Amino acid sequence: MITVQGVNISLPEFNLIDINLSIGESEFFILMGPTGAGKTVLLEAMAGLVPIRSGKIFIGERDVTTLPPEKRDISLVYQDYALFPHLTVLENITYGLHFHRIDKAQSEVMLTRLLEILNLHHLQERLPTNLSGGEKQRVSLARALMVEPRVLLLDEPLSALDPAFREEVRNAIKRLHQSSNATFLMVTHDFAEALSLARRAAVMNNGRIEQVGSIEDIFQRPSSTFVADFVGMKNLFAARFKGTKAVVHSLEIELGREPSNSNGYIAIRPEDIVISREAIASSMRNSFKGAVTGIFDQGFYYEVHVRAGEVTFKSLITKRSVFELQLREGNDVFVSFKSTAIHNF
Amino acid sequence: MKREPFFWITVSCGLVIMAFILLPLIELMTAPSLAMLKETIKDKDVVRSIWLSIYTAGLAALISFILGTPLAYLLARSNFRGKRLVEGIIDLPIAIPHPVVGIAILSVAGKNHWIGQVFSELGIRVMGSVTGIVMVLTFVGIPFYLNATKNGFESISPRLEKVSRSLGASMFSTFFRITFPLAWRSMLIGIIMCCARAISEFGAVVIVAYHPMIAPVMIYERFEAYGLKYSQPIAVWLVSVCLALFLVLRILTIRNPRQV
Repeated sequence: MITVQGVNISLPEFNLIDINLSIGESEFFILMGPTGAGKTVLLEAMAGLVPIRSGKIFIGERDVTTLPPEKRDISLVYQDYALFPHLTVLENITYGLHFHRIDKAQSEVMLTRLLEILNLHHLQERLPTNLSGGEKQRVSLARALMVEPRVLLLDEPLSALDPAFREEVRNAIKRLHQSSNATFLMVTHDFAEALSLARRAAVMNNGRIEQVGSIEDIFQRPSSTFVADFVGMKNLFAARFKGTKAVVHSLEIELGREPSNSNGYIAIRPEDIVISREAIASSMRNSFKGAVTGIFDQGFYYEVHVRAGEVTFKSLITKRSVFELQLREGNDVFVSFKSTAIHNF
Repeated sequence: MKREPFFWITVSCGLVIMAFILLPLIELMTAPSLAMLKETIKDKDVVRSIWLSIYTAGLAALISFILGTPLAYLLARSNFRGKRLVEGIIDLPIAIPHPVVGIAILSVAGKNHWIGQVFSELGIRVMGSVTGIVMVLTFVGIPFYLNATKNGFESISPRLEKVSRSLGASMFSTFFRITFPLAWRSMLIGIIMCCARAISEFGAVVIVAYHPMIAPVMIYERFEAYGLKYSQPIAVWLVSVCLALFLVLRILTIRNPRQV
């Protein structure tokens, strides 16, 4: 749907080097990376707002590389909302209609639907200054989707929001994606966001793309040490939720809470997984017997892989612990972790 | 709580400056009697010169607005080599002594320069004409318009324009629908500053055009010929008319329901 081929960008303070990406029709794709990696520049280049030095950008079959932003069918949502301060909420949302030939009846239906999904009915006549952050971002989403773009670019749309609003806007984005045909490309550095919204992602660093793939792949099979460090949370498993338990293959993992979804993911940081020779009696609700399949030197720490059933847990432990436990590959050990250390999406 | 000496120093310096600015002005405004003011405003030459001052300054502001707005936008939005130089050139008219401005303009618009010759071919007279006055006033006033407007454009997030473009608006539509409505307040302030600077110009105008007489030249002439007492009433009228005009403009800017 949107294809970026060998794009290079030179800005005075910054370069993007050989960017290649291919995102499918109606896909939800995530772009991750540390601050200054070039995520916003890449987004703006796709939208035609930053000149590229070489390479090509396609939307569908159409080569848009030389088209101005207004001819690309790409909408933008920024972290800081970028609402037009002199226009009311309604005028903001319908701004794009001035420049699109959309049938009036059709746009009315669209407007009603967006106001409904984003719960903006009561705010139509307000000016942006009088809105909360969450409300502003919902208006900005409505404005972007009102023109029925083929691609929606979201630049950290949740980062500036209070945690209370973040969840609400995230759910709104999810609903909007499900109910529209547009391809969504979102920048974030929150993994919970990434996992709850998308299946595929790319990780950027220093103006380059480090890895593209399914989110599970990026977590479990990072292609570089940078990605491995960046994602941190290495234990990521697809799970079925049954009551307060998550079922991963044959393992039943106690969450201590009941997730609202029935299928999803659980993730555990490797430093939260304790390895012991004997089953330990403690407050940790989850303890599984397994076999050590690998021990990797990580400098200050060792990463120990333990296979329990069909699941491989990755744990970070100190050199001293490895020594004291006399760990070797093939040893039988127990892996334990608290239910509060489990993230579920 | 006992205030520190530092506080009292800041306050007393402030008071000295306030007095320094206000005392002469108050003295000026209250010096002429009402009868004298009345008599002065009946003088056709006085009315004509005040009117000439106001409309030439207005024309200078209009020219600055039309030619200066695109340049101000360019300076606010893009970085290019030599931008500092352009900004420096824009500020030059502020730094140059006023009579020098008049002489400089005459040296281009006079008979010995090809531009002056083209002007005279076209029947445009600069020396001793309204055209000349407007030219001089634009020269001294345009830096104020450019700087105020540039600051106005800079305070608008480029992201607003980017979003507008992505929603299908061309650069022209974006400017008229987004940038202009958000920047017009700064532009108006620029126009007021430009006008104020132009109305107060004396040194450059007197070299290019003694006649027709703008108000500052007439005030000077009356002062030279008849003394302080006869120049004061014209000054009072000029100051009052200007203050009234600027006040109206400022009120117009405040009374907008869609404050940004």
